[in-house]
Amino acid sequence: MIHAVTSSPPLAALVCAAALMAVGLMLPDWVLFTASLALAKGLVVLGLVLLLRMGAVSFGQGMYYCLGAYICGLVGNATGVQDALFLVILSGLGCCALGAVLGVFLSAYRGVFFAMFNLALSMILYGALLKATSVGGSDGIGIAPPSYFGLSPSDEYRSILFYAFVVVIAAGVGLATRIYMRSELGLAALAVRDNEIRLEYLGLSVRRVIVFNYAIAAGLAGLGGGLVALVSGHIIPEFAYWTTSGEFVFMTVLSGPSSIVAAFGATALFETVRLVAGQYLPNAWQLMLGAFLLLSILFLPNGIGALAAGRRRTRAPDAKEDAR
Amino acid sequence: MFDTTIKNRGAMTGRFKKTGLLAVAFAAAIGLGQALAGPADAAEGTFKIGMTAFLSGPAADAFGVPSMNGGKLMVDALNKGEVPGPYKGSVGIGGMKIEIVPVDEAGGAQVQIQRFRDLVQREKVDAVVGYDGSGNCLAVAPVAEELKALAIFSGCGTPRIFEEASYEYVFRAGAHSTMDNVALAHYVARKLPDAKTVAGFNQNYSWGQDSWRDFKLALDTFKPGMKVVDELFPEKGAGQYGAQISVLMRKKPDVVHSSLWGGDLEAFLLQAGPRGLFKKTNVVFAMAEHVLPRLAEKVPEGLMTGGRGAVGALHPDTPLANWFYKAYEERYGIPAVQAPFRFVQTILGLKTAVEKAMAANGGKKPTTEETAKAFEYATFEAPTGMIKMAIGGGHQAIQDNAIGISKWNAEKKRVELVDVEYFKAECINPPDGMKAVEWIEKGFPGAKCD
Amino acid sequence: MDVFLTILVDGTIYGAWLFLIAIGLTLVFGVMKILNVAHGALYAIGAYAAATLVGGNVIEEVAGFWALPLMLLGSILVAVILGPFLEKFVLRLFYGRDEVVLLLVTFGVSLILEDVIRMIWGVFSQYVAAPYSLFGNVEMGPLYYVGYDFFVVALAVLVGVATSLFLSRTIMGKIVLAVIHDAEISRAMGVNVSRVYLYTFTFGVFLAAVAGAFTSPMLAVTPSIGVNAIILSFAVVVIGGMGSIGGAAVGAALVGLSRATAINFWPEAELFVIYAVMAAVLLFRPQGLFGEPAQRRI
Repeated sequence: MIHAVTSSPPLAALVCAAALMAVGLMLPDWVLFTASLALAKGLVVLGLVLLLRMGAVSFGQGMYYCLGAYICGLVGNATGVQDALFLVILSGLGCCALGAVLGVFLSAYRGVFFAMFNLALSMILYGALLKATSVGGSDGIGIAPPSYFGLSPSDEYRSILFYAFVVVIAAGVGLATRIYMRSELGLAALAVRDNEIRLEYLGLSVRRVIVFNYAIAAGLAGLGGGLVALVSGHIIPEFAYWTTSGEFVFMTVLSGPSSIVAAFGATALFETVRLVAGQYLPNAWQLMLGAFLLLSILFLPNGIGALAAGRRRTRAPDAKEDAR
Repeated sequence: MFDTTIKNRGAMTGRFKKTGLLAVAFAAAIGLGQALAGPADAAEGTFKIGMTAFLSGPAADAFGVPSMNGGKLMVDALNKGEVPGPYKGSVGIGGMKIEIVPVDEAGGAQVQIQRFRDLVQREKVDAVVGYDGSGNCLAVAPVAEELKALAIFSGCGTPRIFEEASYEYVFRAGAHSTMDNVALAHYVARKLPDAKTVAGFNQNYSWGQDSWRDFKLALDTFKPGMKVVDELFPEKGAGQYGAQISVLMRKKPDVVHSSLWGGDLEAFLLQAGPRGLFKKTNVVFAMAEHVLPRLAEKVPEGLMTGGRGAVGALHPDTPLANWFYKAYEERYGIPAVQAPFRFVQTILGLKTAVEKAMAANGGKKPTTEETAKAFEYATFEAPTGMIKMAIGGGHQAIQDNAIGISKWNAEKKRVELVDVEYFKAECINPPDGMKAVEWIEKGFPGAKCD
Repeated sequence: MDVFLTILVDGTIYGAWLFLIAIGLTLVFGVMKILNVAHGALYAIGAYAAATLVGGNVIEEVAGFWALPLMLLGSILVAVILGPFLEKFVLRLFYGRDEVVLLLVTFGVSLILEDVIRMIWGVFSQYVAAPYSLFGNVEMGPLYYVGYDFFVVALAVLVGVATSLFLSRTIMGKIVLAVIHDAEISRAMGVNVSRVYLYTFTFGVFLAAVAGAFTSPMLAVTPSIGVNAIILSFAVVVIGGMGSIGGAAVGAALVGLSRATAINFWPEAELFVIYAVMAAVLLFRPQGLFGEPAQRRI
């Protein structure tokens, strides 16, 4: 039976979702919030993992995350439509479309310049939102709790129902991403990192591969942003601030490029460490977070994805490492 | 069992072993916090309060740490029954010892929601007090309502909280930012009758934008025809204001309004002072009171400023206020400024509400609902004077405000505020049920200024 | 006319401040390929060191010119204590990793340092206000400037020129350039690359501390002054082309002047303008103004 689960991704996704649901039913309410948050942000990290597979890192993913949250919140507030699925799909599609357009320009950039160009764009969005007093400016704006296919849960069931919703979305998206990663186009991303010229010789357009992955990553960030907006009920421009993007990059490096589940695991781990450090050391939680960052990079060079595999699945990202 | 079955399979299954393990790890990670969940319900006879203030980040210096200090001082004194005035001889909250859980407000609105849920559901606090960031207050308020938990805000300036929504469990035991700028506009109109031009110098975020809007609107009522010559919005945390100072000096407005605070405000004073800006124009501040004690001699002479209430050295002459001001300086070696004054209002308000509820229910520890009911439209004394939960459906406090002019006292080596004018709460706060901006725009209907 | 003069002066002063921060950042990146986020925290520590040595509050301050050598001494102490420590016991563990990973390592270091600052100096702001009046005032048309601001400009020029001369005229400097060019070949030629790293990083810490110490008179020194400074100097370094001192100078001037222009003519755009300049530069020069894809130089 286990073999059947492990060799079939859809079944694995189903089992994961069922396990998470079962765990969720046992968790107290305040852990459910963090768990929902972790799964939602895990989608953003999943998008960054797609970029990392191409050897690209964005310090501006907060832009799509923020935009997704605002699409979800503003459309919901303006139209009165509170259906969670409709809103988050809208967020994802909107960001994916913007990502496809910007990706055409950004695909010419590599390394730090790619990362920083993204940062510049997200800071421009941040600056614009600070000025947008009609949507709350820097204080942000509240959004109504979501409904699910016409069903509006009462306060007691809101957390668990939202958690279930995020679990289903995360499992579905995780599964789709896994299938994509193993597809021809998905594997081409790895080739972009290894050798762009060889990829061109094979008749594939490097640029197209980058744009495609970038757009998907943007869509995932938008989806995650929309979900976070719904779970926290309040959206603020800070979502686009560079430190938010920095946190996502941290979670991505913590996850490593090799696994879907690791993306969610890394996010959960990060959120938990931050919460627990804040609980026990209100005066030194940043120090704990910094130390956690250093130690995890030191002992998990390829992320927690590689840890569970029990061996180094990917080679060191930088082939020139001996030069140092 | 997962492990043993899969161990000897090939690369493919290894990968799925990983998936399984990671799913478990995910569950374990989110369960970790629960495992660490130590504290149970507060013991009988104690009242547990979550205290939130900026312990790190840019607001820690100006607001957070002084707030927390003031809160701890007040809680210690209450537990010992040492608080004078109307609270004389009364121990803790309704006889229950107060227990506190300090929390850092830094980290963004989401982290605050997380920590608020944690305080209520894991720490099982009876109430959460504090918060200085408006964004945090707006984010936490609906969560408090969802969890049916008491949240009593201290600092956050925005009037939006009770204007955009109504809450049962959320209170703010201090006035919102409208009165700061309305009082300042009153004062400016009286002290600078010849002023004809005005410019704004406020940080580029809601606090700065709202403060400037309120001041501009209010001044327009008191001194119609004032011309706005520039509206500068430097970045929060910018630290370098050379270019803005040049613009202000070139355009020479008669009045410059600023709601800067903390490190930004200090940097602005340090940079603009030597350049002579304060000699060329009247810069008036909504809340510069909190930097006066430590900036000392470097504070330019003749600054008009308030402190968001009758706070610090502007406190009213009551036994409670005199005691608090003195005890704070004795314990922390520096005079208390606005933040601790504002912060303890939450604790005293809570105490009043709980004790009122206990008087009604026969002396039992009241339920959250009973306390919330008792809090509505309550009135209590704080070191800043009488606090009235008069607006926002009885959830939003109003209080008196004071504005003065800075003057260096070389003998005492202290900056003093002279020419102080006190403004009645009802004069500078909107009446119940009216939005702040609307109230200013309509020319302050219902204001009782005598 | 007046307007353009003030823009020029204000932009230059602001640019000089940015350049003082960015030069250490760009040097460390050029040699070690580390985009050091902790540079901001080190900048703050430099300011705190100055505050401690000069007095820290406005009442008991060292007055007169003695403050300047004290500020320099503070920077040297910060560099000598923190530079080797961070390089040997933290960064060295991570050499060979991807640039992004190294950046995250320094991000972790900066989180730690920020809390350490609060543990040592507390959260309350400190002042080094006395030296600000050392150079008197300068009158320019309708405006008054503070002489110290021009001292900071001179200091930025001095630091920039001295560092460039050191790199181009001394043996040690040429070794550093060789390492920048190709660390592997340098090692094969007998260069002790790890020592070059140690010295470079320590010198980078020194530059950060100098920037913090000598700008502290115009600031209230708080634990978070580094956060805002670091992201701006990132923009400067990227505009300049990563690792080029000349590029950082041009980038700093560009950012300073466009910010001053915005404040005069379109104050709403103050935040945008820096990132808009960065985006515009990258749009036309994907490797920054002075960046060369194949071989980086500084």
